[in-house]
Amino acid sequence: MDTTLKINGEERVLQADPRTSLLDALRHHLGLTGSKKGCDHGQCGACTVIVNGRRINSCLTLACMHDGDEITTVEGLGTPEALSPMQQAFVTHDGYQCGYCTPGQICSATAMLEEVAQGWPSHASADLSGGMELTDAEISERMSGNLCRCAAYPNIVDAIRDAAGKGER
Amino acid sequence: MSTARALPHEAALLHVTGAARYVDDIPVPAGCLHLAFGLSPVAHGTIEALDLAAVRAAPGAVMVITPEMLPHENDVSPSAHDEPLLAEHMVHYVGQPLFAVLAESHGAARRAARLGRSEITERPALLDLDAAIAADARFEEGPRVYTKGDAAAALAGAPHRVSGVMEIGGQEHFYLEGQAALALPLDNGDMLIHSSSQHPTEIQHKVAEALGMPMHAVRVEVRRMGGGFGGKESQGNALAVACAVAARLSGRACKMRYDRDDDMIITGKRHDMRIGYDVGFDALGRIEGLSFVHHLRCGWAQDLSLPVADRAMLHADNAYHLEHVRIESHRMRTNTQSATAFRGFGGPQGMLGIERVMDEIAHALGRDPLDVRRANFYADAPVNRMPAPQAEPEASAAPPPPPPSSPPHGHAAERDLASRGAAGAPEVEPGDDREDGGRPEDSDGARREGAGTQTTPYHMPVTDFMLNRLCADLAERADYHGRRARIARWNADNPLLRRGIALTPVKFGISFTLTHLNQAGALVHVYQDGSVQLNHGGTEMGQGLFTKVAQIAAERFGIGMEAIRVTATDTAKVPNTSATAASSGTDLNGMAVLAACETLCGRIAALLAQLHGCPADDVRFAGGEVIAGNVRHSFAEAVQIAYQARVSLSATGFYSTPGIAWDRIAGKGRPFYYFAYGAAVSEVVIDTLTGENRILRCDIVHDAGASLNPALDIGQIEGGYVQGAGWLTTEELVWDDKGRLTTHAPSTYKIPACSDRPPIFNVTLWDEPNPAATIRRSKAVGEPPLMLGISVLMALSDAAASCGPHYPALDAPATPERIRAAVMRARG
Ligand code: FES
Ligand code: FES
Repeated sequence: MDTTLKINGEERVLQADPRTSLLDALRHHLGLTGSKKGCDHGQCGACTVIVNGRRINSCLTLACMHDGDEITTVEGLGTPEALSPMQQAFVTHDGYQCGYCTPGQICSATAMLEEVAQGWPSHASADLSGGMELTDAEISERMSGNLCRCAAYPNIVDAIRDAAGKGER
Repeated sequence: MSTARALPHEAALLHVTGAARYVDDIPVPAGCLHLAFGLSPVAHGTIEALDLAAVRAAPGAVMVITPEMLPHENDVSPSAHDEPLLAEHMVHYVGQPLFAVLAESHGAARRAARLGRSEITERPALLDLDAAIAADARFEEGPRVYTKGDAAAALAGAPHRVSGVMEIGGQEHFYLEGQAALALPLDNGDMLIHSSSQHPTEIQHKVAEALGMPMHAVRVEVRRMGGGFGGKESQGNALAVACAVAARLSGRACKMRYDRDDDMIITGKRHDMRIGYDVGFDALGRIEGLSFVHHLRCGWAQDLSLPVADRAMLHADNAYHLEHVRIESHRMRTNTQSATAFRGFGGPQGMLGIERVMDEIAHALGRDPLDVRRANFYADAPVNRMPAPQAEPEASAAPPPPPPSSPPHGHAAERDLASRGAAGAPEVEPGDDREDGGRPEDSDGARREGAGTQTTPYHMPVTDFMLNRLCADLAERADYHGRRARIARWNADNPLLRRGIALTPVKFGISFTLTHLNQAGALVHVYQDGSVQLNHGGTEMGQGLFTKVAQIAAERFGIGMEAIRVTATDTAKVPNTSATAASSGTDLNGMAVLAACETLCGRIAALLAQLHGCPADDVRFAGGEVIAGNVRHSFAEAVQIAYQARVSLSATGFYSTPGIAWDRIAGKGRPFYYFAYGAAVSEVVIDTLTGENRILRCDIVHDAGASLNPALDIGQIEGGYVQGAGWLTTEELVWDDKGRLTTHAPSTYKIPACSDRPPIFNVTLWDEPNPAATIRRSKAVGEPPLMLGISVLMALSDAAASCGPHYPALDAPATPERIRAAVMRARG
């Protein structure tokens, strides 16, 4: 069946079996292999993409459910010549070792800062009515769905704090 | 100066933009087929029949491969030829591949594979150590035993004595990128393999064997892995061989990627282990005699279990000088996944045994465990002792004769020389001067005074010890004593939540214990425009090896990192490589790269010296220039001059580690070129009602020698600590009574997340050049930090011990259940 997806600002028509996950659609049908497959079960975060401004695990959703949606993958955040502030912060702080979790971490962190800006509380928030400070505990809690087996976590958190501190995403 | 700097990762821009390619990201030719294995549902039994009609008829299925269709060898073992690609006649564990399906898509292959029906007559299965011990099912004819002094007599005469048994769980690698391989058929029946492997030469060897072709017909390329941790040293063989055979049979490109659950069910993990100990000690806690009995659960096939078990024995002393010690190691065979290499390679388990002993001695005497550890440390070597006892490579006046490798026994094709699993034959010819039980002579006889008495249980002199100094420094930085006192007061006031603290050291031996693997090659090309291409035998899995070797070359040529390109590891460029393992990637490949760069610089310098009339020794490569006397050329100009003068601008480099020799049967020799050191203080809190726990703070001082890249090294240290802490706390593998792994996905197998790292995490590099003549006097840093995680288990034990008078005997992994049970044991 045909599904129209607005991916990284570009309309793409996907022809695929309706059971195709968004992740497989991106990787196999559309040639966007930046989003990674770590578990295919919604448990590692390597496949995180941003759909209509919200981060989701693209392995857990069917591509055909996103007709007309705006999807941003790591490829759409920036390019080597023009990195997004979050991408730049990951370079500055060495926020990776093997790099396999990195695209998911960057998409997740980018959308996470937006959630904080909009005052969505997390499990680590003292106050549920918004206006939370981006403490290490907040970052760690909000990023706990993105596993890094290399455990580059200290540098990942530094990168996110840096990008957040610059007030840009 | 490019080394000793925190330069960014060579692929940084690729990683953050999603452009870094892993095997599954490589565009495949049209018509590429995808493979999946059909797996045994039974742990042990005889295959009566396979009904694969439904598999063949499944949508998208193109072909089904069964063992009789294999063109040549049916084996993917890195050691004993005991691991068929596809089971024949018998199955030995739940998850063993029975057949392979080729289909038009990954999903179609997996769905089809599920339709296979097998008729298997079940046999009794040995699922755990108890069952294997009762059946005496083992690898090797009997236990290996290493001894020094007279442990039995020392134990009998010691004023104090405790004994016990510790159980240590295994660990799933959970490399975030699962196993994957892609085979592309070439002219002439040749095969190009892209593999996510730490050991391209091993893949090449096994594929050649499976196709019945010489190794020159197979080329293996590895650009990078999304994590390896040892799990891609031998476990990628099956996928690469299956793809190659499928490509041969179908004439099409073939690709295979394990789904996460399949990956966890099929592949081997860290060995779980039982350590029995019996220790005699004096009133200060100094060990007088010690006896260890190791039982490792090796699983169904030999794989790398023998050298893993050896390394566990080689680290049974950790940082402690033992006069009278006996270590007995049993390698048990079970009907479970074949346990394999995992960061530390048995060392962590062996080390944990003696750390438990230290903890229990301290408890028995009512002393601070740190005091007991210190009382048993080896003596520190004098500071800044240079040069190395091992002497400079090549410059050694009297290097110990490398043992002439005995000619391969048996049929050459059956020997897997490049695998660590090849450790079947003694490395040193018996009958040499080691028979008298003395220490092997140090390479240059330059043994420091007094050190002659301090040898490891395998009779290797310890000449570079530094943990007395390093731990004193760490204890002060971390305010160990002040915090211990505060924790005691806090615990006195808090019945429900209890805190604990521990400082544990690491001394880890660096080198492959199979001596001949300690070699590496490199191939360096300089192009006319002054750009440099670097090829070497090591593989990149996130440890930063490519960045470090590029730094080494950039420094030697005096050019910027941007002028250097490190290519994918390729068996066609550098042959006969060892696995990127044993932490030795930079030590070996960095030296090989440097040797090639030296050759090239030497040629260019000789030419310019002649042209400009200065001694070749005066030609310098620095700041993007080549300076010959008072003439300066840009590097590119110098290269063009050399090219026009018909000077070769391509060179190979080779390195072999000097001064090592090891007899694994006798347990004597110098298996390691040097030791890497480190220590960690962890503080934890436990909930005594639920066993829930957290790491509150961690302080580490780690020895990376003169660090080549402090940022990369600190990343390895932090990552290793967290991975080690995960192994010993949340990462629990559970098999049911049918031998099925029930923790086969991240939903049930818990690796550390961002919120599990200690909120206070201080890592300091111990900046002291390696006395051994390694590349820029750095030290290997891949594996040693994992063992810093042992401090977490000991801190949890300390917290549990605060609950009562008895020793909590906390085993690993310290899950909430085990912590709760330890609290109850402490209370009595
Ligand atoms: S691949 Fe989607 S969460 Fe793991
Ligand atoms: S960098 Fe390897 S998994 Fe995160």
